[in-house]
Amino acid sequence: MTTAQPLALLALRDVAPTSLHELTQLCSQRLQAGERLLTLFGRPAPELGANIIVVTAVLQPAQGAWVILRATAQRGEHYRCLTAQYPAAQIFERELWEQTGLFPDGHPWLKPVRFEGDRQQHMADYPFFKVRGQEVHEVAVGPIHASVIEPGHFRFMCLGETVHHLEIQLGYQHRGVEGLLLRRPVWQLTPLVESICGDSAVAYAWGYCAALEFMSNQPVAPAIQASRAIALEMERVAMHLATLGGMATDIAFLQGGATYGRLRTAIINASQRVCGNRFGRGWIRPGQAKPLSEALQQDLTQTLRAFAKDFAQVNQLMLAARSVQARLHGTGRVSTQAAQDLGLVGPVARASGVALDARTQLPGAVYGHAPLPMLTEPGGDCWARMRLRMREVDASVAWLLQLLGDNTLDLSQSGQAQSSIPAALQPEALCVSLVEGTRGPVLQVLETSATGELRHYKVQDPSTANWFGLAFAMRDNAISDFPICNKSFDLSYCGNDL
Amino acid sequence: MFRSIAVRKSQGTQYIADLRAAKPAGFRGKPVINEAACASGCQACQAVCPSRAIQLMPVQIDLGRCVLCGDCEPICPSHKLSFDNDVKLAATSREALVVSAAHPDIDPIKVSKALHKRFGRSLKLRSVSAGGCNGCEMEINALSNVNFDLGRYGIDIVASPRHADALVLSGPITRNMAEALQICWDAIPEPKLVIAVGACAISGGVFADSDALDREFLDNFKPALYVPGCPAHPLTFISGIMDLLGIAG
Repeated sequence: MTTAQPLALLALRDVAPTSLHELTQLCSQRLQAGERLLTLFGRPAPELGANIIVVTAVLQPAQGAWVILRATAQRGEHYRCLTAQYPAAQIFERELWEQTGLFPDGHPWLKPVRFEGDRQQHMADYPFFKVRGQEVHEVAVGPIHASVIEPGHFRFMCLGETVHHLEIQLGYQHRGVEGLLLRRPVWQLTPLVESICGDSAVAYAWGYCAALEFMSNQPVAPAIQASRAIALEMERVAMHLATLGGMATDIAFLQGGATYGRLRTAIINASQRVCGNRFGRGWIRPGQAKPLSEALQQDLTQTLRAFAKDFAQVNQLMLAARSVQARLHGTGRVSTQAAQDLGLVGPVARASGVALDARTQLPGAVYGHAPLPMLTEPGGDCWARMRLRMREVDASVAWLLQLLGDNTLDLSQSGQAQSSIPAALQPEALCVSLVEGTRGPVLQVLETSATGELRHYKVQDPSTANWFGLAFAMRDNAISDFPICNKSFDLSYCGNDL
Repeated sequence: MFRSIAVRKSQGTQYIADLRAAKPAGFRGKPVINEAACASGCQACQAVCPSRAIQLMPVQIDLGRCVLCGDCEPICPSHKLSFDNDVKLAATSREALVVSAAHPDIDPIKVSKALHKRFGRSLKLRSVSAGGCNGCEMEINALSNVNFDLGRYGIDIVASPRHADALVLSGPITRNMAEALQICWDAIPEPKLVIAVGACAISGGVFADSDALDREFLDNFKPALYVPGCPAHPLTFISGIMDLLGIAG
C-alpha cells in the first residue's frame, strides 16, 4: 500500500501551458467545486522570451492528488481576479502582481505583500484604507512593537474602543530569500533554508530535503524519516508552548507564563542534546537526519514523560481560572465559514472547525505508520486556539512517546547517510513539497531547467495566508484585545516577508 | 488555589545559579581547530560554509559570520574541525571573534570601567529585530525567563527606547527596516550602546550577499558587544554582558 505523500513531481515536458485566462478559469471552476487553492505564483521566464511570465497554480481536492496547472503570460498582462469571488486567493494574487506585474483586474486590495525589489523602502507610496466619519479614529502601531518581537505595522480603524477594520502591513523583514536560494549549490542550502523562519527550522529543512530527494529519486530510509518527524513534533511542542506562555503573559496570568516558559526550556534543551541547537538546526540534512542512539531515545522519553505530567497540571490551572475564561471566550472569533472562505490554514483553521492537517490527510511514510488524530475545535475564538494548542501538544507528546518506543523503526540507525547524495536532479521538473509545521503547511516548490539546474525556488509560509485572518478576527472586537488575538494566532513575520 | 500551589510546587527551583559556569549539554558552540595539516589544495570546508566564515592557510573561523551549522566538520578529510559546547563566544571587537589553531580562544572581554560605573547595576535593553528569523528574538526573550532570569542583575528588556540604555540588534538589517532602526536609536537617550546579537546582525550571516540589506547603521554606530551564534545562545549573551559590565555574579 502506498501512503499519500505531501509531495508531487510534475515533468514539465509533458505539460502544455495554457493562457493565464484559461488557468484562472480552471482555478475558478475547481474552487467552485470545493477544492482549495494551495498556491498560485509566477516567475519571469527568460528561457521562453524576454517578456514571458510562467504561472503555476496548485489545487488540493478533498480527495486524491494535487492538481498542478501551468500557464504562460506576457509581462503586464491583465486578467480577471479570482479574489472578488474567492477571497482565499487575495494574498496569492497580490504576490503574483508584486513579483511579476501580472495584473488582477477587480482585486479589492492590491497592495504589495512585502515591498520587495524596486518597492523596497517605498511603503509610504501605498496608502492604507481610510475609515471616515465623526468619532472615527486610527491607531498606528509598529513596525517596532513593545516586546521582543519581529516588526510589522498594524493600522487600526476604530470607533471608540471597537475595531472596524485592521490593516496589517508587512515586509520589514524582507531579506530576499527566494533570490539567495538560487545562488549557492542546491544541495548545500539547508542552513539558509533553516533561517527562512527560524522558529520553524525543522519544518523548512525537512520540506527542502524531501523535495531534493524526490527530484533525484533518492528515497531515505524509514529510520531517517522517523528521526525527522520526531524533530518536527519536538518543534511543534516547543512552539505551541511559546504561544501558550505568550498568551498567559498577555492576559497577566503570570504563573502560566512562567511555567510554560520553563517547560519549553526542557523541550528545546532536549532537541539541543540531539542536534546541537535549541531550534533543531542541524538535525536534518539532505539524505540524513541526526541518529537517535539508545541513550538519546531514553533521554527524550524521560524528558517527555516528566513534561507531560507538569503540562497537564498547568493546563488545568489555566483552563479553570475564571479570569482566563473571561478574557478568551468569544474574543477574536473566526467562524468556520469565514476560515474556509479566507483560506486559513494550520491550527488557526482547525480552531475554527476546519479539518485541515497534512499529517493526517497526506501522511507519508511516518505518519502513515503511526497516525495522528485530526484535532479541531469548533469555537474559532482565542479560547479555541488555546485549547487546540494544548491538545496538539498532548497528541504530539503521545505520538513521540509511541515512536520512541517503537523497536521496528531502528532509530539508532537514522544516522546512516544516503551515500549517493548529492545526485543529479530530474531536469525540467517541478516539485511541490509540503510539511505541516507548527503554523500549518510550509510549502516549497522547486523547478529545474533542462540541464537540471535549480531555476526557481518558491517559498510559502503558512502565515502568509493567515495574516488576513487575524485582521478579520479583530473586527468588532475591542482594540485592547489585539495583543491576545495576535498571540493566539502567533503568525510569522519573516516567513511572510521572505 | 490548590491547583496554583500544586503548579508552584512542581515548578521547583528553575533558575541557573551560576550563569557563568553553565555549559549546555550538546550545544554546538565554539569551533575547535586542531593542528592537523590540510590535504593539499583542499577547500572543502570553505566551499560548504553557508556564510563565508572560513579562511584557509591557516584555517580560521570568524564567529562573526559562522552560523554554527557544523557542516564543515564531517566534510573535512583531515578531521581538523570540531565544535565544543563552550557558550562564551562574545567579544568587544570584530577581530577578537576569529579563531584558529594558533588562536583557539576568543579574546576575553575586558571590563569597561565606564560601563561598569554607569550600567553595572542597571541596564535597560530595547530589542530591534531588523530582518531576524525569530531565532535570536526568541533567545533574547528567553533571557528574562525563569531559567536565565537576567533581571536578577538589573538587566531588563523595556518597551520604550526612551527608557533604554542599549539597543539590542538582531537580524541582518533589511532595507525595509533601516529607517525604523535609525528612528529607534535616535530615540534612546545618551549615553547608549549597541549590542549586536547573532551572526546576521554582526555580519549579515547567511543573508550577507542579499541586496535587500542596508547595513549602514553599523558603519556609524559600532557595537560595544558582539554576541555570536545562530541563534545566539542566551548564555552567550549573558556571559558577554556580565563580563563587559563587570558583574561579579
